[in-house]
Amino acid sequence: MTSSTDQSRRSWWARNQVRAAPWLFLAPGIAFFALYVIIPIVQSFHISVYRWDGLGEARYVGMQNYERLFDDPAFYTSLWNNLRWLLLYLLAIPGGLFIALFLNQQVRGIRLYKSLFFFPFVISQVVVGLVFAWFYNPSIGLFNPLIGLFGLGPMNILGNPNTVTYGIIAAGLWPQIAYCMILYLTGLNAVDPEQVEAARLDGAKGWKMLWYVILPQLRPATFIAVVVTVIGALRSFDMISVMTSGGPFGSSRVLAYYMFEVSLSEYGFRMGYGAAIAVILFLIMLVYIAFFLWRMWREERGY
Amino acid sequence: MQFTFKGALAALATSTMLVGTAQAELTGDLRIFFNDQNPAPRAAIEGMVERFQEMHPDLNIDLTLIDREANKTQIRNYLTANAPDVNGWYAGNRMRPYVNAGLFEDVSDLWDGPMGEELASTRPALTLDGKQWGVPYTYYQWGIYYRKDIYEELGLTPATTWEEEKANCQAILDSGRKCYTIGTRFLWTAGGWFDYLNLRTHGYDFHMALTAGEVEWTDDRVRETFAKWRELIDMGAFIDDHTAYTWQEAQPFMVNGDAVSYLMGNFVVEPMRDAGLTDDQLGFYQFPEITPGIPMAEDAPTDTLHIPAQAQNKDNARAFLQYVASAENQTIANEVLGQLPINSNAEVADDKFIQAGFEMLSNATGGIAQFFDRDADAEMASAAMQGFQEFMVMPDSLDAILDRLESTRQRIAED
Repeated sequence: MTSSTDQSRRSWWARNQVRAAPWLFLAPGIAFFALYVIIPIVQSFHISVYRWDGLGEARYVGMQNYERLFDDPAFYTSLWNNLRWLLLYLLAIPGGLFIALFLNQQVRGIRLYKSLFFFPFVISQVVVGLVFAWFYNPSIGLFNPLIGLFGLGPMNILGNPNTVTYGIIAAGLWPQIAYCMILYLTGLNAVDPEQVEAARLDGAKGWKMLWYVILPQLRPATFIAVVVTVIGALRSFDMISVMTSGGPFGSSRVLAYYMFEVSLSEYGFRMGYGAAIAVILFLIMLVYIAFFLWRMWREERGY
Repeated sequence: MQFTFKGALAALATSTMLVGTAQAELTGDLRIFFNDQNPAPRAAIEGMVERFQEMHPDLNIDLTLIDREANKTQIRNYLTANAPDVNGWYAGNRMRPYVNAGLFEDVSDLWDGPMGEELASTRPALTLDGKQWGVPYTYYQWGIYYRKDIYEELGLTPATTWEEEKANCQAILDSGRKCYTIGTRFLWTAGGWFDYLNLRTHGYDFHMALTAGEVEWTDDRVRETFAKWRELIDMGAFIDDHTAYTWQEAQPFMVNGDAVSYLMGNFVVEPMRDAGLTDDQLGFYQFPEITPGIPMAEDAPTDTLHIPAQAQNKDNARAFLQYVASAENQTIANEVLGQLPINSNAEVADDKFIQAGFEMLSNATGGIAQFFDRDADAEMASAAMQGFQEFMVMPDSLDAILDRLESTRQRIAED
């Protein structure tokens, strides 16, 4: 009896402190997430059913933007390029793993080598794009003399619709491999030396050691590497903008760039159409994000 | 009562401004966003600001230079969010979105005075919906710039007809060089070729109808224009790999003599001279006739200054535009720019290319076009110039390109 009156006499704050505190700490984050992520997503859905030049009055057109999108060859080019980015970008993961294994040794000056390998991730994507654009330049670039050494003919990588996307992906892989390498180097620090020792006593070495002993212990690093690489591939934009502006004749566009082009670039006055592309891209990303969240949740619960 | 008092004050202010812009000392601020950072345009606008500042020492002028390409995307933001008092842009259809959205100030009052007569040649290009929305400060001719020394070496003279042009080109190709350099990475350079081929094949009226969206892209006349273009492409007249270069990156081919000519605007002369070509080596000729008897029309894009509707100091901005339009300023500024003044009382600089352009444009009986991406609707321009680039690389896909452009045209017409 006394205790319950006690309870009611204590202030709301005192009673709910434990439950409220986490929400208070989260509040700024939630507010900003809502303001800069959730609300714009809702707005994009909203704008995508309008025809709007971004300046004047918007006109409701229903599903017209989507109908046109599914008739638009440029949309399919972009989608196909997104898919190529997604698949080829994953090469960064084995690439990063093998460089990390190679650098994970006790050799004099190894820190310097590690820094050099990490360097591409430090420089801006825009700079990487510029450097590669010069590298590929058919008249002054180093690329053609280089393949000339192997008896291959001169190529116009960024000016040819068949090669341009691969050229840009190669440029994008350079920093992405460095990123994956760092993730794996950190992961390798956590590998249990006793397990390695035990495996060695059992006669494991080389590929078998890597596959059965090291890799399972690197699973958390691999998981993060896959997540950042997939997201990185889907939001690829800056390299394309710097290296080709989506050209030649739109053959290196991806969805993110196409959205920018129709809504915000020099001749872009189609906010509604751009929003429709953004919505499609969002839905595609949602599939991946949901999958990874589900996996993370399952792992958290499992252990 | 207070309302009328304010109105009277405003009327007084306007009348004093009109009576004597030169005498009336302006005070307060003037913020200018200019859309070019290249050396010559930069020097030209800085000179204009400097002279205007001398006339109005108490005026606080703030000049911001924005990269030409960057300005094309930034203009939408600054017109709505942080409007300057004066900004640089282009004439023709290119200003329509901002006029329609009410973001440009109507400056018809400036054009009503004597200024309007002096600028009469560009009045149509600055007029939309019967009003004027800005003031031109320069324009420049397009045409073929060529290596005179190489022509002399090969014993050629600039062509005046299409057959001569192709014969010259064949001789150049036989000497191991390319006829034309071009960099189509930023698509507009291909738009220049289309403009001239179309203007020469079918004339000004057809070209204007096409860019206004009144003619089908699958029309046989459009195909004829592309057929002329294809004649050059099939000869191998253009440099290889042009999709990888910007217009600046395409210049070394001409400077080194690997390519002999360049269809470009007069702004190409300055960098060519900087690269070491002398006036004896560099020549200019008018794009040759294709269909005999069609009056020659030319591309001559006009660069303009505007007052954003949300500007803070519109009176100062009006005074500045009036100065920009004056014969005195246009003479000096265009001498620096290496381009042509709009004001009919201004003097044309004593430079052989500017004089050649002035003479050509004064005799352009066919009419003067702005440029493909300024005459055509923005969305159409973007799709079409992409098509031109594709055609230059894969001429066999012409049918697919034209079908695509026609569906874009129909969609724009629908909206």
